[in-house]
Amino acid sequence: MIHKALQCRGVTKTFIVDGEEGGIIKRIRNRKNRFRAVDDISFTVEAGEIFGIIGPNGSGKSTLIRLISTLLLPNEGYISVFGNDVVKDSRKVRRLINRVTVEASFFKKLSALENLTYAARLYDVPIKEAREKIEYILGRLQFPTKKLKEPLENLSRGMQQKVAIARALFTRPTLLLLDEPTTGLDPRSKREVQAFVREAQSEFGATILFTTHDMEEAESICGRIAIIKDGRFVALDTAEGLKRLAGNGSGKELTMEDVFFILTGEEWEGKEDKGEGEVMENAGVN
Amino acid sequence: MPALIREIRASYGFVERNFNLVKRYMGWEVVFLFYNVVNTLTIGLIGYATGDMELVLFLVIGALMWAFLGVLFHEVSESVAWERWEGTIEFTFMAPIRRITMLLGTCLYAVIYGVLRTIVVLLFVLLFFDLGFENANFLSAVVILVVSSLSFIGLGLMAAVLPLISPERGPQATHIIQALILLVSGVYYPISVLPVWLQPLSYISPATYTLRMMRSAMLEGASLNTMGWDLLGLTICGIALIPIGAWIFNLGELYAKKVGKLKRSG
Repeated sequence: MIHKALQCRGVTKTFIVDGEEGGIIKRIRNRKNRFRAVDDISFTVEAGEIFGIIGPNGSGKSTLIRLISTLLLPNEGYISVFGNDVVKDSRKVRRLINRVTVEASFFKKLSALENLTYAARLYDVPIKEAREKIEYILGRLQFPTKKLKEPLENLSRGMQQKVAIARALFTRPTLLLLDEPTTGLDPRSKREVQAFVREAQSEFGATILFTTHDMEEAESICGRIAIIKDGRFVALDTAEGLKRLAGNGSGKELTMEDVFFILTGEEWEGKEDKGEGEVMENAGVN
Repeated sequence: MPALIREIRASYGFVERNFNLVKRYMGWEVVFLFYNVVNTLTIGLIGYATGDMELVLFLVIGALMWAFLGVLFHEVSESVAWERWEGTIEFTFMAPIRRITMLLGTCLYAVIYGVLRTIVVLLFVLLFFDLGFENANFLSAVVILVVSSLSFIGLGLMAAVLPLISPERGPQATHIIQALILLVSGVYYPISVLPVWLQPLSYISPATYTLRMMRSAMLEGASLNTMGWDLLGLTICGIALIPIGAWIFNLGELYAKKVGKLKRSG
């Protein structure tokens, strides 16, 4: 049986909002204090696909990635990675995935090499093999090898992010979760990372889930793109499909930025008087 | 078998990583060690002032053992808080290893680090005081050290859950546990001087038995045979506390995943 690389069905994640009055029991009982960070999301990603999720801050992108990463448990719904349930088979899933986050999570006083050696031990990659792969990947990302032994805190954010990408890729993940990997990078580093993401897909055959704020980036990298707002997918299609959807037959030349604002903003709802459900249906979500 | 080797390698990864961190935070290490040495010497000097060398030995053994057990407890219980502070908690928790592998790696490092640090403090103590350990039974001492480590690892695992479920208050709560053990276990004074209502707590502290046996071994040269029930009790306690600690930790992790605490900012 061939499994989808990633399958999410009716996934919902609710958090209790902090800072409310009353004790923990009172806050748990009070449904008003619950915040749906991810709200009934369903989609599938095919093996080898680069699937993008774009959305504003706090829209639920990172929560969704953390649910897939086994770092959160969904309240409702089902997530599987190559047929493995992220809740029941979490360790199997963790063997198949790796992740790059917007903030490079490293021991900052340790060098890149020390951090990567630690990763190699956890992912059971022999040190010699890991080092060869790391040097290859970092070479492709224009990372100077001599910086490998410097504490990461002395490196620029762009360089730290390249090390994070190398760390995620040398373990050969089948599903790579890239959570805003280019946010805050200078234009050159951004381009290098983007080029390498494409290369990772073609050369390593990885399936990639890519979240970003940058609409043009999503268009250039991702095969299909989902737009997320308030924890819900507002639309899901190829970049061209989304433009058609947002254009609604007007024939206007739209940028992805226009698409994003039309599909998520007041303007869209006001003009077309369409509910989210219709948009979702049109966009072929699920 | 390959799976076991994989987990052992991953465990070693934690030991290696933590010693790399010790090297990088060498300034902090020097400060902690300096404080540890001065603290032990100061406590020994309290006995020295009375002219009773046996009291000096009593106090110094208490200080050294507390330094060791304290480091063990601290390193294990603070491991989650440390990962959170560094910002690596998500990376470590989504690695494809068993949680027990992570915990055992942390504990193994804590034992090695604790022994090394205690040896350094002991060397300074021996240089400072003219102590006679001619009656000491070092074999008994080593066995007691190993057996007592098990209990403190178990306690550390239980305490490690606190920073996991409460990022802000958890680390402070671990200090409360450590302070309570210090108060009731007879580290620097006999249990009998404690208020009667507090004394029962000393019976459930593994440190009480550790210190009692260690003093017997170092001051009177007691062999393991003579320690019978204390040693057996401490061994059973250690063997029971580690799986209980790991189980509690797993429950804590489950809770953290439900409420979203398994992240760097809590």
